[in-house]
Parts: sequence; structure tokens; C-alpha cells
Amino acid sequence: MGLRGFIFRKIVAACLTIVAIVCVNFAIFRMAPGDPIRMMFRDPRVSAENLQLMKEKFGLDKPLSGQFVAYVKGLTRGDLGLSFSHRRPVLEVIAEKIPPTLLLVITALVIAVFLGVVLGALAGWRSGTRFDTFILTASLTMYSIPTFALGIIFLLIFAYHIAIFPLGGIVTPASGFEGFELVRDVLWHMFLPAISIVIWYVGEYVLLTRSSMIDVMGQEYITTARAKGLKNFRILKRHALRNALLPVVTITGVNLGFAVAGVIEAETVFSWPGVGRLVYDAVSKRDYPLLQGVFLLFAFSVVTANLIIDLIYGYIDPRIKVRS
Amino acid sequence: MRRLSNQTEKLKLFFKLLFSHRMGLSGFSIILLFVFVSVFAPLLATDDPSRSGEFENILLSPSSQFWFGTDDLARDVWSQILYGARVSLTVGFIAAFITVVTGTLVGLVAGYYGKLVEELLMRIVDFFMMLPELPLMIVLAAVLGPSMWNIIFVVSLVSWPTTARVVRSQVLSLKERPFVEASRCIGAGNVKLMFGEILPNVVPLMFAQAVIMITEAIYAEAVLSFLGLGDPTSISWGMMLHFAFESGVMARALWWVMPPIFSIVALIVSFSLLGTAISDILEPGYKEQKGY
Repeated sequence: MGLRGFIFRKIVAACLTIVAIVCVNFAIFRMAPGDPIRMMFRDPRVSAENLQLMKEKFGLDKPLSGQFVAYVKGLTRGDLGLSFSHRRPVLEVIAEKIPPTLLLVITALVIAVFLGVVLGALAGWRSGTRFDTFILTASLTMYSIPTFALGIIFLLIFAYHIAIFPLGGIVTPASGFEGFELVRDVLWHMFLPAISIVIWYVGEYVLLTRSSMIDVMGQEYITTARAKGLKNFRILKRHALRNALLPVVTITGVNLGFAVAGVIEAETVFSWPGVGRLVYDAVSKRDYPLLQGVFLLFAFSVVTANLIIDLIYGYIDPRIKVRS
Repeated sequence: MRRLSNQTEKLKLFFKLLFSHRMGLSGFSIILLFVFVSVFAPLLATDDPSRSGEFENILLSPSSQFWFGTDDLARDVWSQILYGARVSLTVGFIAAFITVVTGTLVGLVAGYYGKLVEELLMRIVDFFMMLPELPLMIVLAAVLGPSMWNIIFVVSLVSWPTTARVVRSQVLSLKERPFVEASRCIGAGNVKLMFGEILPNVVPLMFAQAVIMITEAIYAEAVLSFLGLGDPTSISWGMMLHFAFESGVMARALWWVMPPIFSIVALIVSFSLLGTAISDILEPGYKEQKGY
């Protein structure tokens, strides 16, 4: 089988997962107690004829199987339905929120992975020392603070009371900034939400890298490297860290599901105009089509990201090629 | 009888180890404090937490009448905190219970039977683990409507797979052990082997999982309530923050914002400390290292 079989299996699994997600997504919104149309239009003044019309428009007069076919057909055309709080196609509403979210997530994730791996590797390398205990306790604490709670604290301190950062948003409204000024303005707005997300992830990556490092340090090849008389730092870099990073890579994929949580919380607190804030607005307006669309987007991206990470893993872990 | 006293001995030893573990002891004490507070909430509360007060009592800073001040509807913050502890702990304990029982059953059956049963169950587990947790919980909670039981249901539905996976891998190694083989030889059936022989050996792991799950459930309840999906009939810490955030005046009313934040963090941190302590204690060799 080897590498090609591995890739094939992973791709098939990802496709099956996506099919299952589509089914679940369809089912959830039909599981809701009560009439979906009544749920959408809570106003009792809407007449029975209009409700009937709405039912036909949304295809809800058809039997379930017919609805499912229509839903899947719509999906393949990129039709996720209409958001009734924005009165526009869901896809359109979501699409314009994606770039700000990507900017925030990628920035936060890169910083967190870097800091987490460095601190975790050092803690694991010097496990049992005072430095290690400090890093471990700090990570456990940081990991335990909900992102939204941390965000509120930052907002209160640095945006209200000291007021060195903005209260929210992505750019200063009506500032007319361009070029470098604009970049600086966006970074200034991004600082607090990014830090709130980073603090949570750093804890997670520290814990992971640390335990993986401790595992690796017990291996015989480290003893061999020591016996060869290699310098400490060289052992850390060339022998220990490289192997300790494998599990960290796998976990990054699993973690993307959690990454989404941090984004929703941070974007909500700092009114960052991304997909996360969109979830909050959709919840408060009970905009079900929009909520459904965002869920689908999150699920798709997590599955895709996992697939990519699995494939990368296939290349970097020599055991997968050998196993055949 | 001998077996029972053996169990009590083990439990005694466990608590001895826990109380001599610095993280374990501090986590356990803080949790105990919160349990006390939530059990005696009606006695400790100075006011009905959900009753809107008089106009002149809106957003008062802490005083002898309102220990933690009042919110924008003139409700007493101290009393809200007390009753909030009830919600957090109830959701935490019940959701963790459902999660661990379901997860253990699935893991046990999958690990024990193997083959097709395992393949099928573990595919379902993998599928659930692939879904982004918070969005799934949000969507379900939004569709099912705001109630504490829905939150418990949603949290359990999303978190059982982790336990199933952990238990399964433990069962895989346990079922090859000689004592299981011996029991099979004297004619024990599948049910007897699973629940009589293997399950008792999974119990410590179940406790460790339960603590992690309580932490996650408390976190999830706080986030869902903060996002406005909480139960409107029973005020929780997350919901207090939701109202404070929505009110737009939270910067002027720190006494309203800080207590729920502090409570959430304290409770979650103490459960993580307890969890770390328990997994330390369960680590093979820990007992011997401490001289037992």
C-alpha cells in the first residue's frame, strides 16, 4: 500500500466525513421543535397564505426526501439559502467575513505555535527544574481561562481604562487610511483579539510539546547522541525537537476544531468583523440559515485542514512509507 | 467482603495521595468551597437573584446592602454569583456523568468485540471528533432552544467520543491480560468479562476523564451562555457576562463583570489542577515513588 494507499484512504475518509456533515446539517435544522417557517417568521401577523408561499419558496411543502435532494442540489451550486437578518444569500454574507477571520486566525496560530513549541521544548528539555514548573503552571492556568473572559478583561483594561487600544472593529471608522497607515491601523485593532487567542493556544502547545519532548528524551538515540559527545544544543535541535514535533503536527489538525472556538469568542468580544462575530449575530437574531451556513463552513474547513495535515504527516513521518 | 475492604483501602490511599499533592489539594479545596456555596445558596443569598429591583438601585457599587453591587436591572450581583455556581456545577457534573458513562460503554464494547463492531463505532467517534465542537454546540443549542437541560444534552453529545477513544485503547490492552484469559477459561461470558473483569480496571481512568469532562462542560456552559444561548430562567455566570457585555456599561460596573469572570476562572482552574493531580497519581510508579 505505502504512501499512495495512505493518501487515497485519507482522501476517501475526508469525503465521507463531508457527506456525513451535510446529512447532519440537514437533519439538525429539521430536528427543531415546531414549524421552521413559523420559527423564521415569529410575527403572528404574517398571514396563512404568506406562510404557505414561504413554505413553497423554501421547498418545505415537499416530502423530506425531496427537500434533501433540493438541499444537496443547492449546495453543489453554492446556494446556502437566504439569510433573513441580512436579506441576502448566506454565501455572500459569509464570503465577505472570511478574509478578516483568516487574517486573525493565521496570525494568532503562527505566534502561538512558535511560542508554544519553543517554551514547551525548553521546559521538557529541562523537566523537573524550577523553569519547567513555572512554565507548566502558567500554561495550565492560561489554558483554563476562557478566551471570552480574558478578552473582556483585556478590553476593560487596555481599551477602556488605559485606552491604548481600540474598543473593537478592524479599522478606525471613516479614517480614510491607505497603504502603510491602513496596515498599521489593522494591526493595532488586531492586537487584543489576537493576544486573547494566542494566550489560550500557547498553553496548549506548551503542554503538548513538553510531554512529547519528555517522551523523546527517554529514547535511546538521545543517549547515543550524548555518548557521541554532541553539544547539548545540537542534541536538542537535531535529535530531540525534530522527533518531538511529530505529535505536535498531528494535534494541530485536531486542534483546528478548537481554534474555531477561540475565534468565535475573541471576535465576539472585540467586534472583529469576521465569521466568528457573524455566529454571535446570527444567534442573537436567530438567523438559522446563516447559522447553518457558518457551521457548514467551519466543518468543511476543519476537515480540509485535517486532510492537508494528514498528508503532510505522511511525508514527514518515515514510518508511514516503510509500513507497507 | 475482602474485596470491599480492599476497595476502601484503595480509596483511602487515593485521597491520601491527592491531599499530599499540592495542585490536587488546592484544586479540591476550591471546588469544595464552590459546592458548599451552591448547596447553601438560598441561605447565603441576600436577595432573589432574578428579581428586578427598584429604579434607584440600578448599577449600584458594592455596599452593605448589596455586597457585590447591582446590575443594570438592579438585581443583586452577590446572589446571582451564588446561584450561578449551582448552574455551573449542575451542568458540569451531569454532563460529565452522561459523557463518561456513554463514552465508557462505547469504548468498552468497541475495544472488547473488535472487528466490525469496533470499526463501526470508532468511525462514528472519529466523525464526532472531526466536527468543530463549539459551532456544533451553538447550532444545536440555538435550534433546541434555551434551557439548561438542552445545554447538558448538547455538551454530552459533543464530548463523549474523547472518553470512548481513551477507554477503548485501555480495553484493548486489558483484554489480552492473563486474568481475562483465566476468567474466560472458567466459562465467563462476554458480559461477565466486560463488566466484571475489564470495567473495574477502567474505573480510575473514568474518574480522570470525568474531571476533564466537568472542566469542559463548565467551560462550554459559560461560553454558550455568554453567546446568549443560556437558560433565561436560571441565571449563570456566562449569562451575567452576556448581559453586562450587551448593556454597554460594563466598563463603569467592574463589580458586575469581575465576580463572574473570577468565579469561572477559579472553578475551571481548580478542576484542571485536580485533573492534573489525578493523572499524576494514576501514573504507574507514582505510589511507589511516594513510598506506598
